[in-house]
Amino acid sequence: MRSFTYTRANDVANAVDEVSAEKESKFIAGGTNLLDLMKIQVERPSHLVDITRLALDTIEETAEGGLRLGALVTNADTAYHEQVEKRYPLLSHAILAGATAQLRNMATDGGNLMQRTRCYYFYDTDTPCNKREPGSGCSAINGYNRDLAILGTSEHCIATHPSDMAVALAALEANVRVTGKAGERVIPFSEFHRLPGDTPHIDTNLKPDEIITAIDLPAKGFADHYTYLKLRDRASYAFALVSVAAALDLDGDTVKEARVALGGVAHKPWRIPEAEALLKGKPATRENFQKVAEAYVQGAKGYGHNDFKIELAKRAIVRALLQAKEMEAKL
Amino acid sequence: MKTNEIGKPTNRVDGRHKVTGEAKYAGEFNVPNLAYGFAVNSAIAKGKIKKIDTSKALQVEGVLEVFTHENRPGYVWFDKNYKDMDAPPGSPFRPLYDNEVKFSMQPIALAVAETFELARYAASLVEVEYETSPHDTDFEANIERAYVPEEYNSGEPPKPWGQPDEALANAPVQIEEEYTHSSQHHNPMEMHASTVVYEADGKLTVYDKIQGVMNTHQYITHAFGMQPEEVQVISPFVGGAFGSGLRPQYQLFLAVLAARELKRSVRVTLTRQQMFSFGHRPKTMQRFALGASKEGKLEALQQDVFAETSRFEDYSEDVVIWAGVLYKCENVKLSHKLVDLDVYTPLDMRAPGGTTGTFALECSMDELAHKLGMDPIEFRLKNYSEKDQNEDKPFSSKELRECYRQGAEKFGWKKRNPAPRSMREGHNLIGWGMAHGAWEANQAQASAKAVLTSDGKLTVSSATADIGTGTYTVMTQIAAETLGLQLDDVTFKLGDSSLPDAPLEGGSKTVSTVGTAVKSACDKVRERLFELAQQVEGSPLAEASLEDVVFEGGQISLRKEPSKGVSITAAMSHNQGKAIEEEVSSKPADGQSDYARYAHSATFVEVKVDEDLGTIRVTRVVSAIAGGRIINPKTAKSQILGGVVWGIGVAMEEDTVMDNNLGRFMNHDLDKYHIPVNADVHEVEVIFVEEKDEIVNPLGAKGLGEIGIVSVAPAIANAVFHATGKRVRELPITLDKLL
Repeated sequence: MRSFTYTRANDVANAVDEVSAEKESKFIAGGTNLLDLMKIQVERPSHLVDITRLALDTIEETAEGGLRLGALVTNADTAYHEQVEKRYPLLSHAILAGATAQLRNMATDGGNLMQRTRCYYFYDTDTPCNKREPGSGCSAINGYNRDLAILGTSEHCIATHPSDMAVALAALEANVRVTGKAGERVIPFSEFHRLPGDTPHIDTNLKPDEIITAIDLPAKGFADHYTYLKLRDRASYAFALVSVAAALDLDGDTVKEARVALGGVAHKPWRIPEAEALLKGKPATRENFQKVAEAYVQGAKGYGHNDFKIELAKRAIVRALLQAKEMEAKL
Repeated sequence: MKTNEIGKPTNRVDGRHKVTGEAKYAGEFNVPNLAYGFAVNSAIAKGKIKKIDTSKALQVEGVLEVFTHENRPGYVWFDKNYKDMDAPPGSPFRPLYDNEVKFSMQPIALAVAETFELARYAASLVEVEYETSPHDTDFEANIERAYVPEEYNSGEPPKPWGQPDEALANAPVQIEEEYTHSSQHHNPMEMHASTVVYEADGKLTVYDKIQGVMNTHQYITHAFGMQPEEVQVISPFVGGAFGSGLRPQYQLFLAVLAARELKRSVRVTLTRQQMFSFGHRPKTMQRFALGASKEGKLEALQQDVFAETSRFEDYSEDVVIWAGVLYKCENVKLSHKLVDLDVYTPLDMRAPGGTTGTFALECSMDELAHKLGMDPIEFRLKNYSEKDQNEDKPFSSKELRECYRQGAEKFGWKKRNPAPRSMREGHNLIGWGMAHGAWEANQAQASAKAVLTSDGKLTVSSATADIGTGTYTVMTQIAAETLGLQLDDVTFKLGDSSLPDAPLEGGSKTVSTVGTAVKSACDKVRERLFELAQQVEGSPLAEASLEDVVFEGGQISLRKEPSKGVSITAAMSHNQGKAIEEEVSSKPADGQSDYARYAHSATFVEVKVDEDLGTIRVTRVVSAIAGGRIINPKTAKSQILGGVVWGIGVAMEEDTVMDNNLGRFMNHDLDKYHIPVNADVHEVEVIFVEEKDEIVNPLGAKGLGEIGIVSVAPAIANAVFHATGKRVRELPITLDKLL
């Protein structure tokens, strides 16, 4: 690993100053992804700003009736938090579908959003990868791409975002609170992560001097009808081939509101509000869910090994919505 | 035979060392002034190194040297000197030999520094310019140039017998299919590591991850032109190897080279990513053609194997022998060809050849049974072989029928509805499948030494290995049993090249081979001890013969009057305070090779397959094993459980993915190369059926390291077919193949 300097920030303003002071600096919290990447020189920061001592480690009520998840609350503490379990079980389930108990104990909520893709080529510095080394080319498009994206891809990158938690946050329409030199701002979750386009090396719309301070959950948690369905190549400790966060607000059998977010298929959690709206005021039936599923994969593109994800995503959406409706036993 | 220790479910004698961290592995022996090496691996699969610039790396403070093909010391001339005990025919790879790159991730330099982190950083600063040549790593595209190797390291495929072509053509029921699996990597938990201690006189003490210290010892002395007494190899614990430690790997060569050049102790440890830069189970395609009569008699069997190897060595394994062991068939034709590619040479991986061959054989038998409308067990029983047809020999023992019977009963096989897609539970389709397998029960030559001291403590030693299999424990049990001692009074030593010679721990033959040597050495001590016991004043044994006494509980007593005897310590007091020392070399008994010697298994599996999503769960496994006498039911069960879990991985997860554009394995870490996690493993039941065998070795025990895995993958594949009606012939069976 490349040598780096290290400081520990004592408050948010200090953290922002520290990270702005040097060009190749990074925040470090749980380090569950960053340290791995540093060891293999995919990440090569010259300066690390340790933010673990900042007072961002609590979960609190918001004035709007929602919950504010401090950026430094661990994934484990979030998933098992009484209010999260009760009001946002979709989020609990999504978090617990990811990583391992050990990793969730270290990983923070803010860090979860900032993790990098698990694309094979991104991890191997001896291969071309536009995300790791802009302009070097994408090895995955004509190479091995079983795990990679089918939606929102570009000719430069077909990487996926690996988070499960983020998929639930997208479905719940969370907001990301950030602070930078210019002060505080709120980024709607759908605008937090980016599509690769011709800048695949930039994962999020967070500015270089900005730090995530909290994730705000709106009041509505869809606690009565939800599911997080994760399909993967083994039963645990594997990233999603396709995952679905589904949430329904039902009036009897009629859908008042539906949310569907997909993981494992794009550079960001994938939501199509217009497709969700197809269910509004309609009966919660397999046929109607099927229509949503079809709408979600409109324009999806496979790259060979991952062609199956298109069909799998459709089936997963239907199953997830059925499970959310019935609240029957999960897979 | 009445036993005290053999047959007891004994805890591992080294268990405490392992769970407390006292057990030291090759990369954990610390010595003063140790330097650390980190290997640089090639980015390309084929070509030449045009330029290699180490100047930036050398500028880093604390970096001692960067070794490349340009500054390495002179080599021992002949490449045969680089052949280790497990080298297949060909010319072994020599690290840093010249500027040629023969496979992706080939080690091309070693950075040595004061710390591991510095060495790793320095390695990343080495700049390499390549002249690339077109590489060929595409197995399928090259299958047509498959060739018959000049020499098979595994043994020639058996010659055809009967009229295989005619019989196949005339068989009223036939199947002909292709079965494939990809390359697979061993991935033991412990990464390969070597700590080479440079002694004051230039001698080397080498701690190496290896499945047999004598192989490392031979390799170093030959490759570096050193005298046998100048090198001692030590390897007390191995954190899993599964075949990856049969051959000395490049970290050893590089560490020895650096230590000798720098006259300093050096350790080289590979990273998980680098664990994908050497041997692996070869990608293999098999064509099976079977023909049967309408009544289900197997009339013809043809198996053609195509397997990957490197450009420099012809690696082969026993893929084609299993049909002749398992089934009676009068018309058989077998072939095994190699496809050489720009990859590293494949390497034996748990049940090499058996895992591969049994998968295809047992799937094709299931396909044929289905086509015949016969129950898979009934079909197998109908074609049960009473002799090994490859060599036309009787079996030393074969309680496979009993495996079927007990396994089927425990599993509840008779409740199976034979029709595919006939059993379900909600949106899950339920499938029941079975398969059987065999694995060699060989014995090789080995030596062991037993030393009994006057306090009644016994130390037995042999230069064998314990790769997690339980060697320490089982040898301790055998020794304790033979001399009637408590386990606590016996110490077994292994993993040291100064100990009596033993072969590599591989091929499930260690209990048979080293166990026999241990027993023989202890038997000799027993004779001496008996003579001493007779000399004790007023000895009740004075008139007895060795056959008249038993050794039990530290006593030598009359079989007929157990209250009359002499304690071992009392007997030892007549040896003038000296120890009894006996070293023996044991080899297979005459006539043993007149018999075919195999362990057998029958595996029953239940899977649940989500009809819409294709997800598969292996919810139940029953593995019935005929493995001769079971020395330690606890470690034996662990072996079979491990085999079953690995079998789940082979069937559903393991797959090293080659990117043919880059000529490189791409999923080179444990995030992307999947092996089963706990959540993948549900109910697993192990049955050992009674099996007497007086031919395999004096202990009557067969090795269990590999028999547990061979029939698992086909049983799962067959269960998936029963559940879904879909036959997946390409492993691993992932959900996309069932959509």
